[in-house]
Amino acid sequence: MTHRLKPSQYAVLIAIMLTASVGDSLLARGMAQVGPVDIHHLNLLWHALFNPFVDVGIVLLIGFFACYTTALSWADLSFVMPATAFGYVVIALLGKFWLHEQLSLSRWLGIALIVCAVGFVAGGPSRTEHPELDQMDAGAAR
Amino acid sequence: MPTVFHPTEAWKVWAVIAFVAAIAVAGEVLIASGMRDLGDLDRIRARVGLPGTIRAVLSSVKFVIGALCMAANFFSMLYALSIADLSLAGPAIASLTYIGNAIAAKFVLGERVDKRRWLATAFVAVGVVLLTR
Repeated sequence: MTHRLKPSQYAVLIAIMLTASVGDSLLARGMAQVGPVDIHHLNLLWHALFNPFVDVGIVLLIGFFACYTTALSWADLSFVMPATAFGYVVIALLGKFWLHEQLSLSRWLGIALIVCAVGFVAGGPSRTEHPELDQMDAGAAR
Repeated sequence: MPTVFHPTEAWKVWAVIAFVAAIAVAGEVLIASGMRDLGDLDRIRARVGLPGTIRAVLSSVKFVIGALCMAANFFSMLYALSIADLSLAGPAIASLTYIGNAIAAKFVLGERVDKRRWLATAFVAVGVVLLTR
């Protein structure tokens, strides 16, 4: 049994990459508008909840956590990890093509390494076989 | 201008970075172990619906402790960023977390971390550092 993924499971991995990166970016943009929060001005956190960028960012990060948890129920942690790292690539490429930021050579090299890492694990099995647990899985399906 | 740390201060910064990474690894390993015990969530959802699936996930002790670790990771990360530059703490914590996760996946979760996955982990750890430059 090689534990190949179904198209819906690939969709969950893509959702992990996109929700984490876009959610973080929106949260960062929203908090930049709210201003720095310190221990004496915690009420700013309440104001942050009325910022649309922060709100959409929180929704996306909740979506990320749900997708991440789902992925870990049918794939190994060491398989899902590079997918989460791919979020950094998405942020860098969004910066380049959306915000027209300059990407240095080392950033391109970093992007290439993470893309290769995702390629390495995507070509292999998604899950280590544990006969007793796989049997429990089959039981849950009935 | 890059921050120059006194040796004692540098030791403290790296201890905090290692702690933040360790708590992230603990959280991810606990959540992964809890989800593996529970089984495929898509199948559970097909059987008992979304509310039943959420109840099943939230009743997993490992998941709840793992989620608390992730919350603790978030707040300890804020502390780390208050004593170290983002350009140091961000990539250092991310890289250490990826490496720690791969080691824990093999020795704690019993995953088959083959050459391909070790190489992927190393590439991600170096790639994350390069992306912040």
